[in-house]
Amino acid sequence: MAARQSGTARKASSSNANAKSPRKAPAKGAAAGPGADAYIGWYRDMLLIRRFEEKAGQLYGMGLIAGFCHLYIGQEAVVVGVQSALREGDQVITGYRDHGHMLATGMDANGVMAELTGREGGYSRGKGGSMHMFSREKQFFGGHGIVGAQVSLGTGLAFANAYREDGKVCATYFGDGAANQGQVYESFNMAKIWNLPVIYIVENNQYAMGTSVKRSSSETHLYRRGVSFNIPGEEVDGMDVNAVYEAAKKAVEHARSGKGPYILEMKTYRYRGHSMSDPAKYRTRDEVNEYRDHKDPIDLARKRILDNKFATEDELKAMEKEIKGIVQASAEFAQNSPEPDPSELYTDVLIDA
Amino acid sequence: MTIEVLMPALSPTMEEGTLTRWLVKEGDAVKSGDVIAEIETDKATMEVEAVEEGIVAKLLVEAGSEGVKVNAPIAILREEGESDADVKSAASSAEAPARQSESRGQEPTGDEAPDRAQSASGSSDKAKDEGGQKARSSSSLKDPEVPEGTKMVSTTVRDALRDAMAEEMRRDDAVFVIGEEVAEYQGAYKVTRELLQEFGAKRVVDTPITEHGFAGVGVGAAFAGLKPVVEFMTFNFAMQAIDHIINSAAKTLYMSGGQMGCPIVFRGPNGAASRVGAQHSQDYSAWYANVPGLKVIAPYCAADAKGLLKAAIRDPNPVVFLEHELIYGESFDVPDVDDWVLPIGKARIRREGRDCTITAHSRMVGFALQAAEKLAEDGIECEVIDLRTLRPLDTDTVVESVKKTNRIVCAEEGWGRMGVGAEIAAVVTAEAFDYLDAPPARVHQEDVPLPYAANLEKLSLPGVDDIVKAVKTVCYAE
Ligand SMILES: Cc1ncc(C[n+]2csc(CCOP(=O)(O)OP(=O)(O)O)c2C)c(N)n1
Ligand SMILES: [Mg+2]
Repeated sequence: MAARQSGTARKASSSNANAKSPRKAPAKGAAAGPGADAYIGWYRDMLLIRRFEEKAGQLYGMGLIAGFCHLYIGQEAVVVGVQSALREGDQVITGYRDHGHMLATGMDANGVMAELTGREGGYSRGKGGSMHMFSREKQFFGGHGIVGAQVSLGTGLAFANAYREDGKVCATYFGDGAANQGQVYESFNMAKIWNLPVIYIVENNQYAMGTSVKRSSSETHLYRRGVSFNIPGEEVDGMDVNAVYEAAKKAVEHARSGKGPYILEMKTYRYRGHSMSDPAKYRTRDEVNEYRDHKDPIDLARKRILDNKFATEDELKAMEKEIKGIVQASAEFAQNSPEPDPSELYTDVLIDA
Repeated sequence: MTIEVLMPALSPTMEEGTLTRWLVKEGDAVKSGDVIAEIETDKATMEVEAVEEGIVAKLLVEAGSEGVKVNAPIAILREEGESDADVKSAASSAEAPARQSESRGQEPTGDEAPDRAQSASGSSDKAKDEGGQKARSSSSLKDPEVPEGTKMVSTTVRDALRDAMAEEMRRDDAVFVIGEEVAEYQGAYKVTRELLQEFGAKRVVDTPITEHGFAGVGVGAAFAGLKPVVEFMTFNFAMQAIDHIINSAAKTLYMSGGQMGCPIVFRGPNGAASRVGAQHSQDYSAWYANVPGLKVIAPYCAADAKGLLKAAIRDPNPVVFLEHELIYGESFDVPDVDDWVLPIGKARIRREGRDCTITAHSRMVGFALQAAEKLAEDGIECEVIDLRTLRPLDTDTVVESVKKTNRIVCAEEGWGRMGVGAEIAAVVTAEAFDYLDAPPARVHQEDVPLPYAANLEKLSLPGVDDIVKAVKTVCYAE
């Protein structure tokens, strides 16, 4: 396969702290619900994404990151919950709001941050940027800038799984706005005709740039978008990592058992603007605060951990400190990594054959 | 009336055939459906039936003749009561090599007929260029005079585009704007700012993210006589919709024999923005300029942006209007006149010079002007031509210039292979070969997808220095 699939990024750094994907699924304790391990793992992963994104926002403000930069803050429970329901080897694909997905699959924070700064140590050696990163090792297939494109691509990944009968499932993420692209429905149809092992995760954060779901969608319950293709769908509280996990587990089992695609509509919210340059005038401060103050997925997980005595306040504090360290190190790495060599301009256009 | 019987094409690939034998002789009466001759084609032997009633007045081709061209007259029928003289004159004109009409004996209709006959009889490449659009010389096109004392208003390209749309919407109810974030958000790049406030949601329409769908909706509305201005957030996303732009908008007039006009404008930023990576940074100039049935405009300054967008909206054809994000915020003088409309298909000479011609469009025009400035310091005087329209391409202006300067550098932001510069170089080589003192040079993006990293992006995109270098090369001034 591609001669250089494990490039500099993977070698350049090994903060390692988040290289344990996919995470252990919660212990199967009948009605007991997820245990301490699961909750602490989720909490840690969500916090890593949150802190990473905050740092990326800072670096953007300092001019170290340029172009488009779409932050995932507020939506962390979605990717973390789904990832914990996947198995080693399952694939992940998404759009341009992708930093969280990469961290959740266990990609290295240093390599992701260095791609954001456009440096040699980045996952695409600086040539892709925020929207275009990949890791064959972690089965992360990008990182796509064209809204909706990843849905056909993810369906194709699942096609390969069915073709090879390798038991893998592809988690295909897209936004509420992307849900209106025509190719989504062409893909749904094929996925069901062939019962492909794909789960479609609609990250309904309620806005596509400045357009609310209400204004863009005739059927605003996006989990119903599969009805005419005979694809089951479900609405999920995307701010509750446990709810996400439970729903994803069911959907993944469905897909893996040969029953075909499954749609999960994750009701979630992005706290920041669409990208760094979005004035976000289309919604009220109060609306944002409502989520931030009362529905935050990380606060919720933290509360459950403490209520259930899965960990002590001190233990969480120690974890928070450790994560800060990882993120700080990634920022330093991303600034110290050199720009790509000018000769890189001409590489990777075609594979020599 | 005498009737010519033409050598029929009996298979799609047949160009000529052998007339093996006649089954009628002069003086015989025939009616439609009678077999009159046998023909051998490249595939088989076939019978030729008469399609009209009449008397065989003359057989023009002997039995056994080989290589009879399809559509050549092979016999003449006369109607009952016609004289021999009629037949003779018909026979002599029928034997002339060039046939009057391609359309199998149909009467030519309309004024297009002479044109068609001309191009069918092998007129120059030039007249055939761009579906005949080039037949009219660009010298008949003139920018409007700006009366002495007209106020010049410094305007950003962004506002000039907006003003053009607003003015045309005021002027014509059929004009409306449709696209993603054009209304409530006021445009992703604020080009449609305040249009919603003035014209309301009926005429400034926010769409879901469905480029293929809304481009098709726009084309359908244009078929029905509305004049949509379809905004693509950037032309990168128009790739989702390119099927409708080309298959539906560009080709339908032709396929409908001229019935289905499509007065639509597809507009939005094209080319590289800043640090947004390969999928968001492509220059589509050459792609669209390749397609007959489209007009393609790529202005540089605010006055051109305004005057040409107004012209595009009024044009009865599909127009692809390529803007550039990185010049939206630049200000230029726009004449404060009532109705500033510029001709499509006319280049603008932005700087005169005798040593070397530089062609450019869109943002590259600015770089070409800066390069000319620098070169002037070294005593090299460049003539900078802003192409403004890529289809139809104003080759007259370019060729005239090269006849004066004897050298040309074609600059564009996009990839070079099969590009705009390649086309101009070919035209200049064909039409001003004897005037050239150096091979045409091209300046363009490196032949790779646009990288994100700051240093690589810079290396990839063409700039002032690349133009300076190319000019020095063609001037042998290195
Ligand atoms: C085909 C295409 N059209 C338009 C865009 C510009 N664009 C980028 S993101 C976006 C909004 C997408 O919203 P949604 O799918 O809800 O995802 P979210 O940003 O909320 O995660 C738009 C219109 C694009 N990248 N690709
Ligand atoms: Mg959204």
